[in-house]
Amino acid sequence: MKEFKVTPIRNGTVIDHIGVGMALKVLRIIGVREDVSSTVSVLMHVPSKKGSWKDIVKIEDRELDPKELDKVALISPDATINIIRDYNVAEKFVVEVPERVKGIMRCSNPGCITNQNEPVEPEFVVEAKKPLALRCKYCDRLTTDIAENIV
Amino acid sequence: MSGSLKGSDIVSIRDFSREQIEQVLNVAEKMVPIAKGEEKSIELEGRVLGSLFYEPSTRTRLSFEAAMARLGGRTLGFDEPKGSSVAKGETLADTIRMVDAYSDVIVLRHPQEGAARLAGHFAEKPVINAGDGAGQHPTQTLLDLFTIRNEKGGIDGNHVVIVGDLKYGRTVHSLSEALSMFGAKLTFVAPPTLQMPKEHVKHIESKGLKPRISNSLNEVIGDADVLYVTRIQKERFPDLAEYQKVAGAFTINRTMLREAKKDLIIMHPLPRVNEIDPGVDDTEHARYFVQAFNGVPVRMALLSMVLGGME
Repeated sequence: MKEFKVTPIRNGTVIDHIGVGMALKVLRIIGVREDVSSTVSVLMHVPSKKGSWKDIVKIEDRELDPKELDKVALISPDATINIIRDYNVAEKFVVEVPERVKGIMRCSNPGCITNQNEPVEPEFVVEAKKPLALRCKYCDRLTTDIAENIV
Repeated sequence: MSGSLKGSDIVSIRDFSREQIEQVLNVAEKMVPIAKGEEKSIELEGRVLGSLFYEPSTRTRLSFEAAMARLGGRTLGFDEPKGSSVAKGETLADTIRMVDAYSDVIVLRHPQEGAARLAGHFAEKPVINAGDGAGQHPTQTLLDLFTIRNEKGGIDGNHVVIVGDLKYGRTVHSLSEALSMFGAKLTFVAPPTLQMPKEHVKHIESKGLKPRISNSLNEVIGDADVLYVTRIQKERFPDLAEYQKVAGAFTINRTMLREAKKDLIIMHPLPRVNEIDPGVDDTEHARYFVQAFNGVPVRMALLSMVLGGME
């Protein structure tokens, strides 16, 4: 019988194929904090079938919404999402880097108007996907350090 | 932006196609006699320009006001935020919404990058960017292009040498990108610490051009058709002696111009400090005061076009 390090979950979301070492950042950007109310399992440096390494995050009793999935794509573009219902994979898909990113990242330029107290959500156009580079719609500056600027 | 500029925001030179730039320059050409006061116009009579200057400016603000007045329109606004509701902490978005209700077109200078784009987001009326921090200053670029076209009979094929603070100078970023659209040959002359940022060089190279990078003005001046000079700011140097050395090496004087082509033109967005020796002012090369005047017809053209006047 196959031995599981972490048991399957009944309901919730499994984020698989996260870039190795990125699991904790994934938790941070999807807002899993110390006050979390469901069980969260984190597996780091897991061998993948492709012969390399990956991280996995399992969140019980929670299905991520598309806005949260966009955030995951920004820091781990090869991640796959498995929505689990009653122990079965109800939906499975690869996250996709959106064409435009709105409201989930701040501009890395401290002089950008969106970093002032203005009633506007920062908005970016994806200029390159690998490595990811986002151009601010307002100040035109490129942001490449994505994980640091996720809000 | 595509086609007509009616109702458009003028935020970045990157929003323009080459055809649109040429269209603006053609309209500006027709505005010259009115800008000089030789002809009268009531084209924008009854129209109001909301002029919001969050930072000091002489040329840009006055030339916008002159442009509006020459076309029969009026200007309201402020030239420093002190004393306005801005000083009480009002957001730019709210100030813009208010001015949007009082005017037909808005001109904005603001210290924060992206401010004009944000203003365009909140305003129904067209917004013209008059400089946003270290960001864009498209009307300066348009008047620079207008000056080169008028003085050299065209833009394509000219060798434009841009000298000074190329790292932080916002005018040179927009100008070099626009010149690359027209296929001008470009050379960037600056001390290594103030050279053109890689991102801009890449953008220019993407247009199929190969700009030359140099730190010696003497090396390139003999081959220049246009010498575009900008100020090197003292505060960029931690060491005053280093500043003086660099500033000295990039000062334009009559001796240096002996090597220059007879029809070389020298431009400067002004204000100058000591990058151009006053002895150069009465040579046939100096065009910086003509350039400053050209701000009026170019801004007249933009005001007229965004308000749906001339095409």
